[in-house]
Order: sequence, then C-alpha cells, then structure tokens
Amino acid sequence: MHWAHKDLLDVSDLSTGDVERIFEAADSFLEINRRPVKKVPTLKGRSVVLFFAEPSTRTKTSFDMAAKRLSADSFSLSKSMSSLTKGESLKDTVLTLQAMNPDAIVMRHGVSGAAQFIAERLNCSVINAGDGWHAHPTQALLDAVTLRRAWSGDFGGKTLLILGDIAHSRVARSNVNLLTRLGVNVRLCAPRTLLPPKVETWPVEVYSDLNKAVKDVDAVMCLRLQLERQQDGLLPSLREYSREYGLGKRHLLNAHGGAVVLHPGPINRGVEIASELADMGESLILDQVESGVATRMALLFLFLTRKDQGGERV
Amino acid sequence: MSNPDFVIRGAKWQGEAMDLLVADGKIMEMRPTGGSIAEGVEKIPANGALLLPALTDAHVHLREPGFEWKEDIASGLLAAAHGGFANIMCMANTDPVNDEVSVTEMMLDKARLAWPDGPRLFPVAGLTKGLKGQQLTNLAEMHRAGCKAASNDGLPVHNTELFRNAVEYAANWGMVVIDHCEDPDMAPGAGVNEGELSSRLGLKGAPTAGEAIQVARDILLAQYLDTPIHVAHVSCRQAVEMLADAKRRGVPITAETCPHYLLLTEDAVEGYDTAAKVNPPLRTMDDVLAIRQALNEGVIDILVTDHAPHADHEKEVPFAEAPCGISGLDTALPLTMRMVDEGILDMETAIRAWCLRPAEIFGLPSCGFAAGDSADFVLYDPSASWEVRPELMRSKGKNTPFMGQTMPGRVNALFVGGRRIV
Repeated sequence: MHWAHKDLLDVSDLSTGDVERIFEAADSFLEINRRPVKKVPTLKGRSVVLFFAEPSTRTKTSFDMAAKRLSADSFSLSKSMSSLTKGESLKDTVLTLQAMNPDAIVMRHGVSGAAQFIAERLNCSVINAGDGWHAHPTQALLDAVTLRRAWSGDFGGKTLLILGDIAHSRVARSNVNLLTRLGVNVRLCAPRTLLPPKVETWPVEVYSDLNKAVKDVDAVMCLRLQLERQQDGLLPSLREYSREYGLGKRHLLNAHGGAVVLHPGPINRGVEIASELADMGESLILDQVESGVATRMALLFLFLTRKDQGGERV
Repeated sequence: MSNPDFVIRGAKWQGEAMDLLVADGKIMEMRPTGGSIAEGVEKIPANGALLLPALTDAHVHLREPGFEWKEDIASGLLAAAHGGFANIMCMANTDPVNDEVSVTEMMLDKARLAWPDGPRLFPVAGLTKGLKGQQLTNLAEMHRAGCKAASNDGLPVHNTELFRNAVEYAANWGMVVIDHCEDPDMAPGAGVNEGELSSRLGLKGAPTAGEAIQVARDILLAQYLDTPIHVAHVSCRQAVEMLADAKRRGVPITAETCPHYLLLTEDAVEGYDTAAKVNPPLRTMDDVLAIRQALNEGVIDILVTDHAPHADHEKEVPFAEAPCGISGLDTALPLTMRMVDEGILDMETAIRAWCLRPAEIFGLPSCGFAAGDSADFVLYDPSASWEVRPELMRSKGKNTPFMGQTMPGRVNALFVGGRRIV
C-alpha cells in the first residue's frame, strides 16, 4: 500500500490507519532490534540528513541508529557545525543540504513552525524531530508504541496523566493529539503558569492539584522542567515546584495498580520525578528509548520508500 | 474673482458630479459640474473618477537612515504618492534614531531632493534618546526642525514618571506624544494573539490585556494631566471600550487603527504565515467587530497604515524569527474603498479618519475642500481593479497578507498643493 505523505510535521498529519501501519512496522523492527544481527538492507543506498539545530542526545542517536540499522547512510549536522552560525538563513542552509540529494532531512529546531517552513521549500521528505513548543510527532508515536505494549494493544478506557511544563512542551501537544485520538483519557497537571492559554479547548481534563490528578490513572508521563522557568518568573523556586509537582512513589498509591511511568528525557532527577521512581519496575523510560529506535525505523522505512510502487513489506 | 489655474471637471463627490477649481495651490471652489469656465483655463476631465481629499498617514516606517534595503525615503514617498497620501509621518526607529535635529534635517533633505512637490514628510521625533526610555530628546529643537509628534513607538517608555514628563514637556510646543499600545513586558514582538491558536501552534502569544493595560495608563495620564496622548494602532475590544468611556468623560485621548485590524483575524497567521505577523497581533473576530464599530463612532479617530516594509528574505524565516509588520501604503486606499463598498465603513468615516482628523490631531495641513484649503486631493478610479502583485507595489516592501487579492480600484492622480505629482 502506498504511503501518501511526503513529510511528517505533526501527528495530526496522520490518519488512524497511518498510525496503525506505523505500529505494525515498529513491532517488526522491535523484533529485529533484539536479534544478534540487527542490520537489514531495506534502505541500502538511501541517505538521511540529521539536522539538529538544537542540542539532542537521544532523538538524534535514535534516528542515527534507526537509519544505520536499515542500511541507510546518515549524515549529522548541528547548528554549531552549520553555516547558521555564520549568519546563513535556515532556508539557504536546507536548500544547500537538499542539493546534495538526500532522501530525507530529519530536523530539530528551537522555533515552532520551522519544520513546516522547510517542508514547504524542499522536495525531499522532512521529518520533524521537534520544533519549538509546537510538535514532536516521533516522540508521541514512540510513546504510543510503548504504551501499546504495556497495555497489550488496548488504549480504550485507559487514563494518562501528563505532568509538568505543558505550556512549553511539544511532547505534551503531540501526545495529547495522538493519544486522545486513540481513545486514551488524557489529563494534564501543572501550575497555571505552565499551562497553555485556552487549555480548556483541548480534549483533556486539567488539574493544578497533583494529588487529585493522579487518582486512578493508568500512566503518568512526567515532562522535563526547564530550569530557566524559574528565571522566567513562572515559578518561585525549583524546591517548591518539586514539592508540589514532582512525582513521588506516594502519588502512585492513588493510581490504578500497575500504573506505569514515562518520561521523554532527559530527566532532572529529584525535580519532576523522584529518582527511585525513574528506576523502578513500573518505569517505562528505557522502554521508550527502545521503542524510539524501532518507531523511527518504521518512519524512515515508510517515508523513504513512499515513491516505490506499492512499497515494500517489512 | 480671478480665474482658477485649472479645473477638475466632473469628478464624483458624494454621489454628485462636481467641478473643483484650483488657484495658487489652494481650493478655490467646489461646485456642481457644468458651470462656465473662462477661456484658457486648463480643464482636466475626471473620466468617472471619484474625488477624495488626499490622505494623511500618521504612522509609517521609512527605514532611512540605516535600513535602506527595506525602504528608503524616496521609495517610501513613491509608494505614498501612488497610494494617495499628501502627508506622512515617519517613525523614529531608524539607525541612527531620529533623536537629533541633524537626523530630522537629513530626512527632510532627502525627501525634498526625491519629491520636491510632495508628499510632505513629517518625521516623528524619538521621545527618548536612542529610544532607550531613559532621557528625553531635545523636543523643542526637533519641533522647530519639522517634527509634529514624538514617540518611542515599538519601544514604549516603561518608566511612567518619565513618560508623564515627556507628555507634559512635549505639550509646551504642541507636540503630541504617540504611545505604542502594549505593555512592553507582555510578549514583546510576539506577533500572534494569545489564545487557542497560539497554544496550538506552540507560539508565545500577546494577550489583549497587555494592550489594554497600556491604554489604561495613557487614559489615566491624559486625564490627570489634561493633556492629549495619542494611542497607536489599537487592535482589541478591551482597549476600545476603555477609549469610548474615556472620551465620553472628555479625556483628551485620541487613537488610531490600521486597515489590517479591520479586515483580518488571527486566523491569517495559520500555517505560520509571517506576512500576517504584526505588533500588536491580529486578534479575534470579536475584536475586529469592536474596532470597526469604534472607528465608525469616532472612538478611534484615525486610520494609519503602520507601513512596515521588510525585505523578502527577512520575512522568509520561521515565524518566531520574522520581524513584525505589513507594507501598507500601496493598499491602504483600495482596502478602505473595499470596506466602504462592503458597508464596513461609511465614506464619511473613511474621509474623517484618513484626511480630516489626522490634520486636526497633529496640526498638519488640512486636506479638505473648503475654499482656501491646500489643494491636496486624489482622483480614484473605481473601475481599475488590480491584483496585488510584487511588481505592482511601489514600496520596496512586498510583505503583505493581501498579496494576490484583487483591489477594487486605484489612484489615478494625486495633487499636492495644486501640483499633480501622480
């Protein structure tokens, strides 16, 4: 079946059928990634540029590993290594990259809309690896893949709490969009200063009291608190934030039995999540990392073979 | 009575065909067409054009000195002339800032060299040195050099005591202080309204409260000092409701808005369209309706373009990195006529807002049709519709969200001081 999309800018670009295809492909790649020999020739001869204009460890490494396991050639470029530091515009930088004929550019950028901006100007596929506060579609997809495994494929009736700096989180936006469409009840919890304006128009329940928010949930996704939010005047102190909104073991006592914990990383241990919680059995944080490689393999496979007649089967 | 120098024959004014008689650069008489005209007097047929007083734009950015690639004084005046403007006031945020007489004089020299017969340029003095909000400029000197108003524009003076002093000091010379209507700490330069859209797009938004807070400050000061303050480019209902109340109470406050706040909502920035990024940002339809009503009722006194030209490459960047502003001189009059056609504005309001009130507020040459008024007028051809395309815009700035739209007519001729300059 033909993959219709040129770009992945946001999860809202994807139909439910598209998401199911990604899940199926990710399942296959998860299995491959656990074999002794993890490399397959699926994308041999294809090239992917990893253009990260904002620092990243796990997302960039995850895409790099995904590309290499599919035998694609990957090329990394950071903002500090690019001509952006010499004053070149984003448009000229990506047009230069495209002139080298890659099959896809995976881009992270600190400004919302940057992925759409380049996608409108490039012929190759653009995969958004996070743009400003706007969207992080591959993170939402890998989170869904992780939860799907934890919940044995059944999202219906499950409740997920997203806890932390929602206002400035592309992870929260993309997860709300995707998981609510899959049937998950999503709750948000943060102090008012870290909730987005008009959050009441989102398809979620909103809390400012963590003890109430966590009641009977099946999963909690903690978000990293950017430490500069205190300097921005959005919080009085990190201490107060961690006391009021840091997830501890005692909170999970009010959740459903077997409730799991997620975090997109990197973690500020002791700020948004108690250190012991990050390491406990119910923590899916490392499962997310594993799912991340498989999910990105699925995405690279679908986008890079989109022009092939009928596509390929995994 | 001596003979006129020339006569505009049969132009439409308020639904009637009129003759406009001009002598010595001034309006001599306006009368129903067909009267006898002495031999040898030049007769200029209007050919169905509408006769309008020439426009005054009290808020433009000409970018010279310092940013000539965006616009220079010559190109700005070219766009103004073809837009039907006889007078324009240019803001001080140039480089160097217009905070010294030498800069004002340079601007005026450039204008005279490029356009000796108009449009007339009235530079706006920077209110504080370098627009830094710390030290008042030499306003008396700058007034004598030709500045009718003073403003920090996009960098409003945060220190209310200093701002109060500025208003009082400027009033000594009849200079009006223009204040940018946004609390400078609340999302400066955000370019998008704070609300559901900004949340969805992941952009920092500017709330209407930030605008209203600044307008409230200005109302309170204008009332306390009993001294006029002019509020720049109002965009939201909260602000106009306070202005309406203040005006009912006789507070000497005046206000302006721009065509884009009458025609566009925040939806124009959907898809991160930088052409629609302005400061203050485009708001909701409720705000648009409030602005329209306020203009028609005179709560908002005047229309301005806030002409803010930028080079293409400056706007062709991700939304958050793009400068704010719309290039407005080329499209202001056609957009106004479209609004008149659609019943959004009545013609009387449009003329009051573009021609009569700006002259009253800032002490500029009167653009009217009374005998003795300067002969500043436009012949506007409503049958000559045109599509906004970069090559048809006279400004160097092609940054407009109206690109590709059809305008309902164009300026056929502009006369300033009795001279035809377009």
